[in-house]
Amino acid sequence: MRAVARDQLSSEPVMPSALAHGLASCHACGMLSRLGGHEHAHCPRCHARLHARKPDSISRTWALLILAYILYIPANILPILESRALLTAESNTIMSGILMFWETGSWMIAGLVFIASIVVPLTKLFALTWLLVSVQLRSRSRPYQRTQLYRMIDFIGRWSMLDIYVVALTVTLVQVGSLASIQVGSGALAFGAVVVVTMLAAHTFDPRLIWDAAGTQHD
Amino acid sequence: MQPTLPPAMPGARSARLIACRDCDLLQYEVELENHADAHCVRCDNILYRGTRTNLNLMLALMLGCAVLMAASNLFPIAILEVQGVHVEATLFNTVLTVYDQGRPLVAALVLLTCILLPGLEIACMLYLLLPLYLGRIAPGTPAVFRLVLAIHPWSMMEIFLLGVLVTLVKLTDFASIIPGVSLWSFCALIVFFTMAASAFSVRDFWEWVELRGAVQDVQEIKESLP
Repeated sequence: MRAVARDQLSSEPVMPSALAHGLASCHACGMLSRLGGHEHAHCPRCHARLHARKPDSISRTWALLILAYILYIPANILPILESRALLTAESNTIMSGILMFWETGSWMIAGLVFIASIVVPLTKLFALTWLLVSVQLRSRSRPYQRTQLYRMIDFIGRWSMLDIYVVALTVTLVQVGSLASIQVGSGALAFGAVVVVTMLAAHTFDPRLIWDAAGTQHD
Repeated sequence: MQPTLPPAMPGARSARLIACRDCDLLQYEVELENHADAHCVRCDNILYRGTRTNLNLMLALMLGCAVLMAASNLFPIAILEVQGVHVEATLFNTVLTVYDQGRPLVAALVLLTCILLPGLEIACMLYLLLPLYLGRIAPGTPAVFRLVLAIHPWSMMEIFLLGVLVTLVKLTDFASIIPGVSLWSFCALIVFFTMAASAFSVRDFWEWVELRGAVQDVQEIKESLP
C-alpha cells in the first residue's frame, strides 16, 4: 500500500524535502521533528542525535571505500587457507578455492561462494564509487534507480562473510594430526576487513544526497 | 524563505507528516491495514510498517530465540569422523581454533557476528519486551532500542548457517560427517529470529511504550490525589 497513489503526485510540481522545511526524521525510530537552530538536536522519542543528512557522508564514505579497495588486493592474492603436509604445502586463495569446488563437481557450491566472495564485494565497491561520483557531479539522472542500487548493496553486503565462516569451520573440523595441518591464511583477515569496511562505507553513505542533487525537477 | 507545505492529499486520512529516510520527501501518513507497508511515493522505500504481530507473540519468539541460542552454543554443530577419530566443531571452539592459529582478529569477527552480537540483541529485546508485557517501561528504553537497531546488521547467524552447510558439503568427499544437535537448533533459531525480525514494527514498538507510559502517568496522578 502506498502512502499516496503515484499518479496523484505526478501533477504536483513541488517535491518538498524535509530539510527545506527545517525538519529531520530520526535515523533510529523514524519520528519527524523540527531541527532547532542549535547543533545538537535529539529525537524527542528515542533520544538519537538528529541530523538532516549523515555528517560528512561523502568524505567518510570515500575514506572507507579507498581503504576497501586497498584491502581487496591482499584479500584476493594472499591465501585464505593453508594446508601443510609432511612433504607438500598447498595454499588456497578465494578464487582457487572456488575453482576447486568447480573441478570436484560441486557447481552449486562453487556458484554460491563465487557470488558471495567475488561478485558481491566487487559490485559493492563499484556501485559505491559510482554513487559517490554521481552525487559529487550533482547528477540528475535516474535517482530512483540509484536509490534502488544503494538499497540492494546495503542488503547483500553482509553475505560476503560466508567465506570467512567456511574457512573457520574447515580448520576446526579438519585436524589431521601432527604431520599435517590446515590453517587460516592471512588473506582471510584482509577479506574479513573488506567485508566490514564496505559495510561501514554503505552505512555512512547518505542516499538523500542523490535526491538533493536531483532536486525538485524530477520527471 | 521557506517553501509552503502542500495541502493534504485527497487519499491521505491523517495530517501527520513523515519524511522518507532514503530521499527525504515529506509526505502525509496514511492508515495501514495489518500486514501492509507504507512505501515512499518517490523512491519506493518502506516508510513504516503496519501491525504484523502483537507484544505476546514477539516476546514468545524472543524467549524461543534465547533458549535456542543457548542450545546452539552448548552442543556441537558437526562431528567429523576419520578412521575412528572424532573431531567436534562447536561455535565456540571454532572461534578458539582460529584464535590459536594466530588469527585473533578473524576469531574476534566470528565471535562478534555469531555469538556476542546476536546474544546481545536477543538479550536487549527481552530487556525491552518483558517489562512492557508486565505493564512497565524498562529504564533506558530509548538507548537500548537504539543499540538493538545498531547491532542488527552485524548479527550474521543466518550467513554462518549457510557457511556450515557449504563446509559440510565440501568435507563429505573426504570424511564422514555427522550433523550435531546444534545444527538443528541453529536452523530453528534462524527461523525464529527471522520471523521476529520480519514481524517487528518500530512504530508498533513505540506505540506499546507510549501506551504503558500513559497508563503509568494516569496511575501516578490517581495516587497523588487525596
